[in-house]
Amino acid sequence: MEVLVFLVPLALVLGLLGLVGFLWSLRNGQYNDLEGAGWRAIADDDPVQDKPAP
Amino acid sequence: MQAARDFSHYVRDLGSGVSHIDLAVEGVNCAGCMSKIERALSALPDVTLARVNLTDRRVALEWKQGAHDPTRFIDRLAELGYKAYPFEPVRAEALETEQASFLLRCLGVAAFGAMNVMMLSVPVWSGNVTDMIPEQRDFFHWLSALIALPAAAYSGQPFFRSAFRALRARSTNMDVPISIGIVLALAMSVVETIHHAEHAYFDAALMLITFLVAGRYLDQSMRRRTRAVAGNLAALRGETATKFVGVDEISEVPIAAVQAGDIVLLRPGERSAVDGSVIEGRSKIDQSLITGETLPVKAGLGTAVYAGTLNLSGALRVRVSAASEGTLLSEIGRLLDNAVQARTRYVQLADRAARLYAPVVHAAALLTMLGWVAFGASWHDAIVMAIAVLIITCPCAVGLAIPAVQTVVSGAMFRNGVLLNSGDAIERLADVDRAVFDKTGTLTLPELDVANAASIPAEMFELAGRLALASHHPVASAVARAAKAKTPLAGVEEVTGQGVHGFVDGLEVRLGRPSFCGADYLANDILCRDPEASVVAFRHGETCHVFAVRQRLRPDAARAVAALQQCGIGVEILSGDRKPAVRHAAQSLGIHEWRAGVTPADKIARIDELKRRGIKVMMVGDGMNDAPALAAAHVSMSPVTATHLSQATADLVFLGDRLTPVVAAIGFSRKALRLMRQNLWLAAVYNLLAVPLAIAGLATPLVAAAAMSGSSLLVILNALRAHRGVRELS
Repeated sequence: MEVLVFLVPLALVLGLLGLVGFLWSLRNGQYNDLEGAGWRAIADDDPVQDKPAP
Repeated sequence: MQAARDFSHYVRDLGSGVSHIDLAVEGVNCAGCMSKIERALSALPDVTLARVNLTDRRVALEWKQGAHDPTRFIDRLAELGYKAYPFEPVRAEALETEQASFLLRCLGVAAFGAMNVMMLSVPVWSGNVTDMIPEQRDFFHWLSALIALPAAAYSGQPFFRSAFRALRARSTNMDVPISIGIVLALAMSVVETIHHAEHAYFDAALMLITFLVAGRYLDQSMRRRTRAVAGNLAALRGETATKFVGVDEISEVPIAAVQAGDIVLLRPGERSAVDGSVIEGRSKIDQSLITGETLPVKAGLGTAVYAGTLNLSGALRVRVSAASEGTLLSEIGRLLDNAVQARTRYVQLADRAARLYAPVVHAAALLTMLGWVAFGASWHDAIVMAIAVLIITCPCAVGLAIPAVQTVVSGAMFRNGVLLNSGDAIERLADVDRAVFDKTGTLTLPELDVANAASIPAEMFELAGRLALASHHPVASAVARAAKAKTPLAGVEEVTGQGVHGFVDGLEVRLGRPSFCGADYLANDILCRDPEASVVAFRHGETCHVFAVRQRLRPDAARAVAALQQCGIGVEILSGDRKPAVRHAAQSLGIHEWRAGVTPADKIARIDELKRRGIKVMMVGDGMNDAPALAAAHVSMSPVTATHLSQATADLVFLGDRLTPVVAAIGFSRKALRLMRQNLWLAAVYNLLAVPLAIAGLATPLVAAAAMSGSSLLVILNALRAHRGVRELS
């Protein structure tokens, strides 16, 4: 049962990572355009990155 | 004087030499459009960002300051075939977006907490019936507390804040019992953990929060989306005014940039977007959208001009007395706020129930606890049962029963082009059995159209249309519009008050008054047959044609009237217009009851007469002359073109050129009323079944949380069926 001592914290850390990821994506505006994001994934190329940064 | 378009009002300076603008774009609905627009706009030099938001149908643009004028982007989008207009995010919308992201954060935290606590609870439950040692159980409980307490403190904020506000105002709301339930369950669990007990209820509390926050988020996101669509719609109307920026210098600016005291130019053929009074110029103006009066009025120094007034002949300078307030954007914003805050009879009922509910629930929980103690149960068991009662009676189902249906229905109505102006309109609309229509601007379109297009040869029609582009006169514009003319003729001259003339292939062409074209005889012939039409003559060499221009019925008016009659709603016309015009409209729509030449007072008298006979009347009309009748009717509706909406008293407003929204609105409201009743029953039955179980001590807090969430979900799912209301009447 000693395995619990690091398995439980490990599970919690993994869960926390997921939460942090979610909050990061939220802050990053990833949920602002759910419809468009779906289509971007299958678009041929990303037109915004076609252009070299000025 | 050529006006330059000036959209600098909408450009934001992001600092570090970058400018930003948001454009609302019409017609973006697929991935193809998205990449086409982004590619075309990023190809412009010095554009640093061009990103389409497909959900909100908007484009965000950033560029090096001073490198571009915003009109260039709009022109580029027009070349691609998209109509675009700068968009100014309304404060209300920004607040809603912020609120949505806060709720989503709460939901994320609550879901994370619930899942991890559940992961720790399952071993405890199985361990309790097998061989788990107390130390292990305590370890798991303490770990649960470590996760649950901060998670609940963060994600429960929407409820705690609202409950605190209510308590401070010395009242209660739905969130008070929810908050007390959560806090008690958590406190109880901590006490249990300290005393090495077998059960803790961290999981129940977090599950409850997760489900409740999810419900709030869904409700809120529906409202937010409606607001975004409404904002686009208003922006795309592109209401502009020609403002004097110097003595003789003019600039075309968005309405939002016009203030009271400014002077604007109103050219012939333009519709005024502001209220004000004439300070220079003479003209005839058409106030039919405001007063219903179809004959033009003379305007001179001091004449009051209202938003929606059409200028017919000469240019006017108008000093603005009120701007912005009456624009479509602010109107729609106000309508939405009304719809959201609308307190319908059923909502009031639910609110009253909730006010009664909280004390009753708390008393029941207290009595349960005391009762069990009196019957010899331990304090600990009695408190657990009291918590179960609190959680299970959490009045979410009752509270959600009506607003959930309302939210779904107002969203569905909005997508069908109907805005709710007053909240209890849904219930009143549902039991309408007579629809009374105004004619001008309601059954007919506000714009003029050519009535005898079929009797004129196509090439003549086209030529006349191209010639008509040179004139600003509304009758000529109607010819140009009907002919779908795009390319104006070169070298056309205007003869003031008469018409326009020019040369095509050596032959003279003229368009204007019948006498200007020598077509009096033809024109009189048409006027004898169709007295209320306006005529405009066209001469090409020696051949003459006369166009009869008149208001046209809405394209689907006949179908909408038939649909109403089919579902047992009587239809009649009350119009202030002349008899032949009303008879013509009634006959072509299959309406047997009609009255012409009716004054506003007569309209009220007729509606009162119907009311006395016990008939529930829906009045559909526009213009100020209809306002009293709209107010007198059981429920009322206006087209959005009924300009001065702030003066309209309509309960509902429909958008667009078609009448179908009127029919759809009745269908939705009938369905909504049925669903509201069902939901109230569902909630009542749930409480009747579950509360005795909890008082009897047969439900643990976890079971109670699951049952409560289940009943709320049931009510929400039932409410979602309101989306399909439109099928009932189509």
